[in-house]
Amino acid sequence: MNTHPITDPALGDRAAWAVLRDVTDPEIPVLTLEDLGVIRAVDVDLEHHSVHVTITPTYSGCPAMQTMEIDIRDRLMRAGFTTVDVETVLSPAWTTDWLTETGREKLRAYGIAPPAKGEGGGKAVLMGHDPVVACPQCGSEDTKPISEFGSTACKALYRCNACLEPFDYFKCI
Amino acid sequence: MNKDQHVEFLLRLGDNSLVLGHRLSEWCGHAPVLEEDIAMTNVALDLIGQARMLYSHAGEIEGKGRDEDAIAYLRDVLDWRNCLLVEQPNGDFADTMARQFLFDVWNFEVFSALTKSSDEQLAAIAAKALKEISYHRRHSGDWVIRLGDGTEESRAKMIAALDRVWGFTDELFQMDDVDKAALAAGIGVDLEALRPAWESHVGAVLAEAGLEKPSVTWSVKGGRTKGHHSEHLGFLLAELQFMQRAYPNSNW
Ligand SMILES: [Zn+2]
Repeated sequence: MNTHPITDPALGDRAAWAVLRDVTDPEIPVLTLEDLGVIRAVDVDLEHHSVHVTITPTYSGCPAMQTMEIDIRDRLMRAGFTTVDVETVLSPAWTTDWLTETGREKLRAYGIAPPAKGEGGGKAVLMGHDPVVACPQCGSEDTKPISEFGSTACKALYRCNACLEPFDYFKCI
Repeated sequence: MNKDQHVEFLLRLGDNSLVLGHRLSEWCGHAPVLEEDIAMTNVALDLIGQARMLYSHAGEIEGKGRDEDAIAYLRDVLDWRNCLLVEQPNGDFADTMARQFLFDVWNFEVFSALTKSSDEQLAAIAAKALKEISYHRRHSGDWVIRLGDGTEESRAKMIAALDRVWGFTDELFQMDDVDKAALAAGIGVDLEALRPAWESHVGAVLAEAGLEKPSVTWSVKGGRTKGHHSEHLGFLLAELQFMQRAYPNSNW
């Protein structure tokens, strides 16, 4: 644990981002907040050892957001920032398109199918068209939705018709 | 529009969300199947989250130091401005889905329109909420179809459920001075103008379910605009507000 304030200006923003890179989603711990795309901006004021972090919520009622805020504050203070402000902005609204490629890969490896992309994904799914979801276990595209609501706000429940395993799908929003 | 009307307009939206969110949370651990237990509590969480954002915004506009908690926990029943539909008891699963569906279709139209509100924070809340409401509307609509087009018993239950709540839907399209002022200021929505879109979506789902539009002739209003509620809201608030009433200012 480093309790010494950061004094080198060159380290400012980079140091803050480096710290935040390790903060993970409390409900899907393989994803960092960077992978999720919820950190919109980081502004460091070295003179006052303060940092202002702008985040955007995934879902209006996502209970993980409060934990994320606490984790962000905690990590940055441990890294030597004496004042940490976390501001929540709603616009533009978070979308699953902001998940990074790395994040999508991590989800798949963790057993959660990443959200559909491009044609047939995003908006089309919100309008009611069923996305093609590949099974994260065997890769088969012969899968079936069981419920559009899952163990957390961001997931739906699916079943694979090929390997018969149930799995979580990170649904488009 | 004056500040009081602006706050009132936001509270009407927030109260709908919180009361319905609370109703759905009553299903936690009691739903007919696990998937629906999870679905209803997820929808509850979205609605409660939306209420929190609307209340925080209302509190800021009001400028009297009330935060989301003060608004949710420290108002008595006459000060609540939710529509009567959302406070109706859960009944059986068909009752809950009928209530949810009629509300979701309306809520979808309202929040679609609010994404263009001149109140920027409200527009941002609406843009966020609308994505969630799209899922809610599809979920409740699917159940109206499954139950309506299901067994003889499920069909009878859905017909009875729609009859029980249909008379509360006129209120959704009623415009009073607050709504008119909000509309004139570019903040609000023309609720009367949303009716054709609501009727068309509801009609299409009922048709797919093989159901007729209910022919009930009664209609009750006054929750949203005057705080004239059914007896059910008081009991709901007694539970929702219990901790703050029993242990004022408790915090954890
Ligand atoms: Zn499979």
